Amino acid sequence: MAYVAIADRDHHLHDPDTFITKYIWSQDHKVIAIQYAITAIFVGVVALVLSLLFRLQLGFPDTFNLVDPNQYYQYVTMHGMIMVIYLLTALFLGGFGNYLIPLMCGARDMVFPYMNMLSFWVYLLSVIVLLGSFFVPGGPTGAGWTLYPPQAISEGTPGIGGGIVLMLVSLAIFIVAFTMGGLNYVTTVLQARTRGMTLMRMPLAVWGIFVATILGLLAFPALLVAAVMMTLDRVVGTSFFMPEMLSLGRELDYGGGSPILFQHLFWFFGHPEVYIVALPAFGIVSDVLSVHARKNIFGYRMMVWAIVLIGALSFVVWAHHMYVSGMNPYFGFFFATTTLIIAVPTALKVYNWILTLWRGDIHLRVPMLFAIGFIFTFIHGGLTGLFLGNVTVDLPLSDTYFVVGHFHMVMGVSPVLVVFAAIYHWFPKITGRMFNETLGKVHFWLTLLGTYSIYLPMHYLGILGVPRRYYAYGDTDFIPASAQTLNSGITIAALIVAAVQIVFFVNVIWSLWRGPKADPNPWRATTLEWLTPDTPPKHGNWGPNLPEVHRWPYDYSVPGEKEDFIPQTEPPHAGVAAGRDHGVHH
Amino acid sequence: MNISVLFAALGGAILVWLFLLQRLKTKPWLEQGVIEEGGAVNAAPQRVGLWVFLAVVTSLFGLFAIVYNMRSQFPDWRPMPDPGLLWVNTGLLILASVALQRARTAVAREDLDGLKPNLMAAGILTFAFLGGQLLVWRQLISGGYYLATNPADAFFYILTALHGLHLAGGLWFWARASNTVWKGLESRPVTEVAGVRLSVTLCSVYWHYLLLVWLILFGLLLST
Repeated sequence: MAYVAIADRDHHLHDPDTFITKYIWSQDHKVIAIQYAITAIFVGVVALVLSLLFRLQLGFPDTFNLVDPNQYYQYVTMHGMIMVIYLLTALFLGGFGNYLIPLMCGARDMVFPYMNMLSFWVYLLSVIVLLGSFFVPGGPTGAGWTLYPPQAISEGTPGIGGGIVLMLVSLAIFIVAFTMGGLNYVTTVLQARTRGMTLMRMPLAVWGIFVATILGLLAFPALLVAAVMMTLDRVVGTSFFMPEMLSLGRELDYGGGSPILFQHLFWFFGHPEVYIVALPAFGIVSDVLSVHARKNIFGYRMMVWAIVLIGALSFVVWAHHMYVSGMNPYFGFFFATTTLIIAVPTALKVYNWILTLWRGDIHLRVPMLFAIGFIFTFIHGGLTGLFLGNVTVDLPLSDTYFVVGHFHMVMGVSPVLVVFAAIYHWFPKITGRMFNETLGKVHFWLTLLGTYSIYLPMHYLGILGVPRRYYAYGDTDFIPASAQTLNSGITIAALIVAAVQIVFFVNVIWSLWRGPKADPNPWRATTLEWLTPDTPPKHGNWGPNLPEVHRWPYDYSVPGEKEDFIPQTEPPHAGVAAGRDHGVHH
Repeated sequence: MNISVLFAALGGAILVWLFLLQRLKTKPWLEQGVIEEGGAVNAAPQRVGLWVFLAVVTSLFGLFAIVYNMRSQFPDWRPMPDPGLLWVNTGLLILASVALQRARTAVAREDLDGLKPNLMAAGILTFAFLGGQLLVWRQLISGGYYLATNPADAFFYILTALHGLHLAGGLWFWARASNTVWKGLESRPVTEVAGVRLSVTLCSVYWHYLLLVWLILFGLLLST
């Protein structure tokens, strides 16, 4: 069998012996995961600070004067791009993907450890290039994270000097890094599972990461194509995307290009990107809910199918981002239909999460709180998505704060809550120490309520018609003065939420040094990563023998069993099969 | 264009579906004990990795082809001349592919005398192809067809450059395999011989694939 050949083959496990090969040029998936995570969280914090700067401008337009209009656009652009790609994509796939895939599949490492290491260093390079654009003349690009031409490279947009070029180059480098990592994740899942770990015995976290990686591998090339062509438009003067145009009364050398072409390419990447972030979150949250509710996940097969189906559908909905760009009405109808269809498997997942909680033995520990919080924010963000998916509703709401509220709820707050759930959930395994439960709860409640007070009012502003991407609103007929009060409130909530994250960092750092020693399996979970001989797992993960898998990952509260969980490695024994036929299973 | 992307996406989805369907129908909660998974991908990880990579490259070139097609509908498109040298280069690439295929059969028979000349020929022919492409670039430049002259020219430069870069990446693996072969396989451990066999096989797959990509690109260039 394939996995036997790979798992037990007699290959040198690139044993690290010096500090440098252990922690810097490491080929160990766990170290690479932590490197990815630290880098991603670092740029994420940069993007968070940027958002505070422009939120202060929006909330109190004439008070602080920290940013001028150009900087406002630059910070908004960098905030969006960093959060979506350099934080969430990198953290879920490079961070959690790297850490969890080999451990949950029962492998010793990724199948191409050297390429895995390269993946991180190339990612780091892309981050450095991106942040480097803050230090070139003219600063980073202010084109908006969608980088639409022609404005992205035309006079009047900030950062059309080095800024936009560095942004495009950084994206290209990121895609190279992602491809190297992605090849590893997919091949490891396909080829390096341990004996007995069939595809349908994989935890949903692995399923989510696996399908998201496939989406990324197929969708990122669209962004690469767009980035290459736009770079040439900007640097060499080709006219792929640039139409004939006048700029400041002067006719430009461009002619004949199609900006809509860029939009198609961008969103052919951009919409799957939503699910590249969402699917790992779906998978992780399923596992966290099941463990802390002491129940098997409701409808495991349906959950797997839904992940695959959502992944496939995500490639045929992209133009719902372009309703206002103008298109054949039949296309609008088509994309509205596919967009609403994708709500079916998504809703199925939401029902299954809730039904997993139903009559469960729920332990409201910190990871569980974040997972349940995710269900709330995701339902809210998902419902407003149904509004925006319809062409007629989208047209008036397009480019208003309703859209900002929607996508921050569904792919900002929701995945970030899962990131926190995952960090708290696996912290004992990764570090070997427990975090402080009280600080964790403070962190959760203030974050959840705080983010709601940021994004719920935005929906109201959007329905009023307040447009996004404005530096200051001045006096208008349709925006009442109360809207400005709301804006100030949103800014104050944002400041509070940002400050609360300090509690998280304090908790993590304090617990690393002073946290009580963690039990190897503190949540009494069934999956393989909790069954390693060492906590945190050592290089090679499993000691001399690989684990052997005898059951699916959700045997919680099986009737007739002493313990309320049965590890995946536990061989079958008499008495169980009878119970499970008319027991908890449906 | 939208329609073609749709069909591509649907086709991909159906393939994934068929591939997974058998296994996705199992009821894991009813099955206990070790299951030896039937029909698991029984191949070296390098081979699977290569196929996954080819999927990524297909997405990249496929999207470029679609964009090429869309952009060429615009009125400012001025078709480029088709340099005759391109036919020669195409011939060189086909020969390179043939040579690698012969190297692959030779290595499968453990026929070192058949392996060496074919492996060497494949490399030389590939380098010749890349050199030929550079010559085409020079011809075009001296004819006044620059990167920014017209989107048709720009696409030609991008697509040939991208294809050449992928071949150059392949040459890196070819060089590693050749290096091992020339140091002499006779005295080497068994695993290393198997490694060379795998490298040569995968190189041939990659070369055939890039030949196919080139033929499609060439057809695209000729058709506009």
